[in-house]
Amino acid sequence: MRGRQALALIPYAGFLGVRIEDDAQGIVCVLPFRDDLVGNVALPALHGGVVGAFLELTALVQAIELADSERVPKPINFSVDYLRSAGPRDTRGRAEIVKHGRRIANVRVLAWQDDPSRPVAAGIGNFLL
Amino acid sequence: MATFALLACGVADAPERYALAELFGSARRELIDHIPHCRRLGMEVVEVGPQTATVRLPYRDELVGDPVRRVVFGGVITTLIDHASGLAVFCSLAELKAIATLDLRIDYLRAAEPGRDLVGQAHCYKLTTHVAFVRATAWEHGPENPFASALGTFMIGANQSVSPVARAVRKRLGEGK
Repeated sequence: MRGRQALALIPYAGFLGVRIEDDAQGIVCVLPFRDDLVGNVALPALHGGVVGAFLELTALVQAIELADSERVPKPINFSVDYLRSAGPRDTRGRAEIVKHGRRIANVRVLAWQDDPSRPVAAGIGNFLL
Repeated sequence: MATFALLACGVADAPERYALAELFGSARRELIDHIPHCRRLGMEVVEVGPQTATVRLPYRDELVGDPVRRVVFGGVITTLIDHASGLAVFCSLAELKAIATLDLRIDYLRAAEPGRDLVGQAHCYKLTTHVAFVRATAWEHGPENPFASALGTFMIGANQSVSPVARAVRKRLGEGK
């Protein structure tokens, strides 16, 4: 199963409206901005949970892309560092497999909005393949 | 339950009064209804008290992350726990200030049972001038058997904007804005 197919099968990915773009370096996940994803109306900013969930989804898609499994990997843990508030714009994320073992994949992911060198959040997690 | 009761007693640096003291209690809609994403998810505040918050997230098919097992996506649990944790921090402050999540680490202990509402409970166990430290768990049947466990830290006075919670509270207390 490839990342794109997996995304289509995951209801929550559809709920967030996440899509995949490809570039020379691989997969980029895109979270289009929507008013009902806002967690702080004063700034405004995306809900921290949405940013965390998007990072985890980006990591999962990358794990699926490489795992060549028919099953969706199970998350064991996931850790998010919030670096900047995520404004009312599209958010992009790219994941990197740090280690791909027989049973566990360790995946690192970075999310940004306008400028990839100014990330809004970073995540790392372990998935059971 | 026992764990949280113990934690709740163990805070040495509790303020003399809490900014949100008047709102402590159950089913506090005003703490959550002004937040678009919480409204979209149908999240409810079950209860808030000194340094603690309990939030419910109703199960919906559109939140599923594993199409075979019908288990809610892990990141949805992140949202529940992030929100309960933020509220627990607000419930620790003597004066309302804007807060922001610095980091959040979640352990997924087991799959949440499909079809069941998810409950997240957070406790702010340490507050310093600039940073709040939170522990949280989430369950669908009862606190003694959580499916997720989390640690988070929050920045206090994170930005110059008035926090939406502060605005909602002021409105309720008749202070305008």
